Order: sequence, then structure tokens, then C-alpha cells
Amino acid sequence: MRQVDDLRLDHLTKSFGEMTAVDDLSLTIPAGSFFALVGASGCGKTTTLRMVAGLEDPTSGRILIGDRDITGMRAYQRPVNTVFQSYALFPHLDIYENVAFGLRRRGIKDVKGPVESMLDLVELGPMARRKPSQLSGGQQQRVAVARALINEPEVLLLDEPLGALDLKLRRQMQIELKRIQTEVGTTFVHVTHDQEEAMTMADTVAVMNAGRIEQMGYPAEVYELPRTLFVANFLGQSNIISGAVAGSDGSMVTVSAHGAAFRLPGDRNSASGAAILVGVRPEKVTLLDAVDSARVPAPHNRVDGTVTDVSYTGVSTQYLVRTPWGQELTVFEQNDIVGDRAAVGDPVVMHWAVEHTFGLEP
Amino acid sequence: MAAVLPSGGVSATPVAQRRSRTGYFLLLPGMAWLGIFFAIPFITLFVTSLQAPSPDAAGQFVPAFQVSNYAEAFLNYWPQFVRSLVYAGLATIFALLIGYPLAYFIAFRGGKWRGLLLVLVVAPTFASFLLRTYAWQTILSDNSPITQFLNFLHLLPDERILNTGIAVVAGLTYNFLPFMILPLYAALEKIDPRLIEAGSDLYASPVTTFRKVTWPLSLPGVVAGTLLTFIPAMGDYINAQLLGSTGDRMIGNAIQVNFIQFRDYPIASALSFILMAAILVLVFSYIRRAGTEDLV
Ligand SMILES: Nc1ncnc2c1ncn2[C@@H]1O[C@H](COP(=O)(O)OP(=O)(O)OP(=O)(O)O)[C@@H](O)[C@H]1O
Ligand SMILES: [Mg+2]
Repeated sequence: MRQVDDLRLDHLTKSFGEMTAVDDLSLTIPAGSFFALVGASGCGKTTTLRMVAGLEDPTSGRILIGDRDITGMRAYQRPVNTVFQSYALFPHLDIYENVAFGLRRRGIKDVKGPVESMLDLVELGPMARRKPSQLSGGQQQRVAVARALINEPEVLLLDEPLGALDLKLRRQMQIELKRIQTEVGTTFVHVTHDQEEAMTMADTVAVMNAGRIEQMGYPAEVYELPRTLFVANFLGQSNIISGAVAGSDGSMVTVSAHGAAFRLPGDRNSASGAAILVGVRPEKVTLLDAVDSARVPAPHNRVDGTVTDVSYTGVSTQYLVRTPWGQELTVFEQNDIVGDRAAVGDPVVMHWAVEHTFGLEP
Repeated sequence: MAAVLPSGGVSATPVAQRRSRTGYFLLLPGMAWLGIFFAIPFITLFVTSLQAPSPDAAGQFVPAFQVSNYAEAFLNYWPQFVRSLVYAGLATIFALLIGYPLAYFIAFRGGKWRGLLLVLVVAPTFASFLLRTYAWQTILSDNSPITQFLNFLHLLPDERILNTGIAVVAGLTYNFLPFMILPLYAALEKIDPRLIEAGSDLYASPVTTFRKVTWPLSLPGVVAGTLLTFIPAMGDYINAQLLGSTGDRMIGNAIQVNFIQFRDYPIASALSFILMAAILVLVFSYIRRAGTEDLV
């Protein structure tokens, strides 16, 4: 491993006329970490990467690697490489020369070894002499990854690099990318729409919304305890019930909503006032037949309901359950039960642990 | 419609076959046009180029197979051939040097003005070729500001521009510049700006990015533009006639004089054929060297 430095964005802002694409973004990406940036389309992910790459000038703010301020550096001077969202392979050069491009520009004469091993890594060895237009979308994407990675930059920016790959190849490339990242110690900043990809690969996940980071942290941390409604709904699914804080006894908050009462730990509550959104992930909810309602553990939060939809998805079954106040909640159950599943129209009771409940600012 | 249903029976003409025949019918007008305006004159010209003077009547020619016409034409006019080559070559180089930055600017920096700028590029061609060349007579005349300024700097060997080779090359460059700019623009405009960004992302300075990415990608435009400038410039006679002295005549002038003034049709035809062959050879070797296999 070589010495690399943290990537720091310091009050970074980018406006296009009236539109603020990136809004006062400050964050530190630790050296050698795998940082995933997720967020809805148009929230400013690509713009952020382009500023780090030097392809877009920030309206204000600074970009630093360690203590080096690279804000004013030209793109070709930065120790940063990009895997472009649209590949941007050189159409007049063959695959081999595309991959060798960065090495040659830095005056490295002996490119054969590195290029060939890089092409083997992305399983494109036999295609070395083809032009980009003679490759499939997924193959082009792998060339784009290889072309950036071969330079062993301090920071590698990946803008949805695996979007065009089929599931099998995607998983394979994910493992490969993760392995390379660990091996060369490069800092990866990875933009993706695939939340599963973000969570499995990244050390840190940041959820971006309208030019700002809403929440960032370890993938499990962000998933288990979303702090904003956007995060709760963007990263995975959530059941959200609106209510009002009824009381607070030490570490527990009590909420009354639609005539029902819910409890949640005080440190899992992000709401500042009385209005609150109670949330729970669908897989945390257990479904019981209404006749078995006595079996619900006493401290659990519970809601009665009627099943309105059952979809069997193989590993799990997804239920939609209508609450007495007419809201539909989602429940995921592992398919490990013996006997009958609940059917549409069945009266049921949903319950979940207080520790899995979270509170959000409406 | 017989071919709509498979049950229609045996008599139906398969749709695919009928469609392919329609394709050939579409070629007919073009073929007819080429046949009348290219093939027939081409053959007539070739036959004429081999004619011999009539033994009976002076100024008349009779069908023959006088290959020596070609040798005579070439020996009499080789300086004009060489001069055409040099002038057209220079005009092409100057048009490229002027046209490339202009096309580059319009394609990458033109923004919403692109359309207007392109119209301005072709605007001079709205006026007649002859008229524009006459205008250049005035622009380059001995007491024009340009000539006087260059004389002031002692930059003109003959102390004048009009009636020198410089004026002919300048006129050729000017007249064929739009034919250089348009294909260059078309090629440059097609280049994805992200490729240039990718170049700079991969450690290439702006100059290197131009050499390694932009220039190679614009080559089809360079080849097309230089051909569209060089070929008509090579055969042109208006510029040499209006802007040059008798010592600056090009092969086009020789052909014109032989046809119109001397009425020596065999020699004029032979000259035309030599010019055509020379251009063909030059163009093919050029395209091969440029190595743009995806040009067509
Ligand atoms: N050059 C530009 N001029 C004007 N607006 C721009 C420009 N580039 C981006 N934007 C705007 O900035 C916002 C952020 O764009 P950006 O490309 O960063 O989104 P993104 O998060 O990468 O989206 P996606 O997931 O769809 O790729 C968008 O609303 C976009 O329209
Ligand atoms: Mg994007």
C-alpha cells in the first residue's frame, strides 16, 4: 500500500445560473476508503464528481487531497481519474490504446505489461485490437473502468460504472473493483443507483438530495437508522405513520397516531417538535393472524389490519396490509413458515420491536 | 392486395422482391442524368482528344487515333500543370490553416450563434463567383490600402499583388474557403466534448488532447475539405485570368484558350483528360495515405 491522503470537499457549491446543483457540500472521504454516493436523478452527483475531476469549476468552496488544495489545478494535473457515466472511450483508438492512453501521456514507455494484465483483469484480453464501436455496452464499460484504473490514481471517480452490465457480470465486477480497491489503496468515489451495490461495496454511504448530503455513515447505520424522510424512502423502503409525540419517559418516546400508541427509543428520534413520523422497515415487521393476537410480545408496537395484497417473490413474501385508518403498510416475511400464509382479506396484527422503530421530522 | 394473407395463393409477388425492384427504379433518374451529362460528354471528349487535323479543310478535325495529341499537349503545357499543382496546393494549405481554427471555434465555442456563423461562412457564395473575383481585383489593386500597407512594410517582392501568383493563390484560397470550412465543421461538431474531457482526465494537456483526440477525429473532415478545395482549385481558370498576369496562367486557362480561341479541340480535350487523370491519381494516393478507411 502506498501513502494516500483524504479527499476533502470544503463548502463546495456549484450553480448553473439560477440552479444550484451542488449546495455547500462539506465532507471528508478517508484515504483508501470506498465511498458510495447515492441519490435521485439530477441531485448533483455527477456535478460533484466533475468538480473533483477538474472538469467543472466550483462556484465557491475548495477541494483538497490531504493538505494540497487542488481546486485551481487543471484536470490533467490532478491525481484523479474518472470512469465516465457515458464511457467516453476514444472511438479512433483500439481497446489496447484506449487503456494505454493515460500511461503514455505520463511518458511511460513500457505499457505492454500493465495494459495486458489490466485487460485480463476485465476479461477483455482477446478484444485488445478491436475498436470501441465493435464492443457491447457492458464490454465498453469494462474498458472505461480499465482505462481509468490502470493509472492507479489517488482518487478514482466512478459515475455509475456498472449500469449496463447484467447481474452476474455486475456482481463479478463489484467483487473485482472492491478487490482492486483494497489492493491498491485508492480512494474510490462511486456513484450508483443500485442501493444494494452501494451498501455491499462501500465503507461509507452518502445519500444526496437536491445538492446536499442528507445523511452519511456506515451502510448498516444509515439503513437501520435513517434520519430524514428522504433517506428512509430512498435507501430501501419504509413504513411511515404520521403522529404526535404524546410523552417522553426518560429514554422512551411515546407517540399517538390515529388512535394507536407507538413507542421508540429517544435516541432514534430525529423529530424536534411534537409532530413526528414513526417509521419501520418492512422486514422488521412480523405478521400474525388476528386470532393469535395474544402472542404479540407486550413491549412491541402493534397495529391491526387487513391483508390487501400478497406477492410471492421467492425468498420472501411481500404483504400489503390496510390499517384501521386506511393506510397501507408493507411487510416482508421470510418464506420459512410452515403451513398457510396469510391471504387477501385475512384480519391480521402487525408488530415490531420498539428498537426497530425510528422517528423522523415531518 | 394479394400478398396480405398467406392464403392469398401462388400468384402473389413476394413483397420483399417487389420492394427491391422499387429500389432500382429510384436509381433511374440519377442514372439518366449521369448518362446524359457525364458519360456521353466524357466519351465525346475522349474521341475528340484523339482526332487529327483534316487534310482537306484547315481548322477541321477528323476521327483518328492520334495518341501523340497527349504528348504534344503535355510538352506544350507542362509548366501550367506544375503551376496549377503548386497554386492549388498552396490555396488548399492556406484554406486549411484559416478554415480549421474557424470551424473549431464555430463547433466548440459557437453556442447559439453556430447557425448564424455558418450562414456567414457561406454568405459570399450567394454572390456570383465571377463577381467576387472581380471584387478581389479592386481589393488587391496597386493603390489599395492592403497593397500599400504591405509595400510600406517591404513585404512584396514585386511591389504589387495584382497580376502576381500571390493574387491568384489568395483568390483561390478565398473562393474555395467555404468548401473547406463546412466539412471541417461537420467533422468537429460530431466530436463528443466528453472525449476531450476524457483526454484531460487522462493526463493529456490541451495541446496533447488536440493532437491525440481532436485532430484524429476531425481527419475525415480534413480529407473531405482539402479534396473539395484542391480539386476545383486545380481546374480553375477564373482566378488566374482575373488576378494573375500571363505568366501566372494555370492549366484551366490553357484548356479554355485551346477550346475557345485556338479552336484546337483535340489538344484541349487531351489537356482535360490529363488533368482528370492527374487529379484522380493524386486524390487516390492522398486518401490512401490519409488512411481514413471509414471516410466513405
Ligand atoms: N452544464 C449544465 N448546465 C446547466 N445545468 C446543469 C449542467 N450540468 C448539470 N446541470 C443540472 O444540475 C443538476 C445536477 O446534475 P447532475 O448531472 O449532477 O445529476 P446526477 O445526480 O448525476 O443525476 P443522474 O443520476 O441522472 O446522473 C441537474 O438538475 C442538471 O440539470
Ligand atoms: Mg449523473
